[in-house]
Amino acid sequence: MENTRSRGTPQAKEIESERAYLLRYARLQLRNPAQAEDAVQETLLAAIEGAARFSGKSSLRTWLTGILKHKVIDQLRRSAREQPLEAADDRAEAEAIDALFAGDGHWRDMPSDWGNPDAALENSRFRAAFELCLQRLPERTARAFTMREVMEMTTPEICQELQITSTHCWVLLHRARLTLRECLEITWFDGSRR
Amino acid sequence: MMDTCRKASELLSQEQDRALGPVERLRLQLHLLICERCRRVEHHFELLRAAIRRCRDDG
Ligand SMILES: [Zn+2]
Repeated sequence: MENTRSRGTPQAKEIESERAYLLRYARLQLRNPAQAEDAVQETLLAAIEGAARFSGKSSLRTWLTGILKHKVIDQLRRSAREQPLEAADDRAEAEAIDALFAGDGHWRDMPSDWGNPDAALENSRFRAAFELCLQRLPERTARAFTMREVMEMTTPEICQELQITSTHCWVLLHRARLTLRECLEITWFDGSRR
Repeated sequence: MMDTCRKASELLSQEQDRALGPVERLRLQLHLLICERCRRVEHHFELLRAAIRRCRDDG
C-alpha cells in the first residue's frame, strides 16, 4: 500500500482508505460490531481533525492504529461498566480447562500434529475456523488475549486496564490459548484430516 | 522432579508473555525433551500467535 508510506499531512481520502483495515482490527478486539464501527468512526474523525499532527515518521496505518487503540480501550471501559463479567462464567471456564488434563496433570488427549504452520496460515479454512474459535472465547478471556495479541500490550498494561494481578493475567492468557487450541482441534483438525 | 504437562503448558504460555527465569526455562526444556504432547502444544501456541496477527494484518 503506497499511501500508507506517504509523507506530509495526510488527506481525508487517504485516512478513509484505511477504514477496512481499522475495522478488521477493531472487530478482533470488540465483539459487538456496532462498537467496532464506533471506535473506527471516532478514530477517522480524530485523525482527520488532527491530520496536521501526523509526523510522517511512522506509516499512516501505524499512526491510525495508535489512535484506534485508545478508542478501543474507551469502548472496552464503557462495556465493562455496563455489563460486569460474571463469576459463574469464570468457574465454568476453569472447569473446562481442568477437564483437558488427567488427574496426574498430563494431557488427557494426545494433541494432534497440525502439520506445516505456514500451510495452515495460508489455508482459508484454517483462518475461518480460527476466527470462529476466537469469537467463542468467554468475554474476559478474549479481552485479555486480544489485548496481548492484537494490540500487543504487555502484561503490566493489561493488568492495569483489567484491574487484575499479573498471575491472574497469565491464567487468562493460558486459558485463552488452551481453549483456542482445543477448539481448533475439533473444528479444523478433525474436519480437515478425517 | 518431572513437571506435569499442565505446568509445562503454563510455562509455554507464559513464555509468550514474559521472560522466563533460568530455572523455569531449564524445567521446561527438560519436560519438552521427553514429552511429545507438549512439543506439539508448543507449536500450536506459536501458530495461534501467528494466526491472530495474520487475521489482523491481512486484507
Ligand atoms: Zn507434557
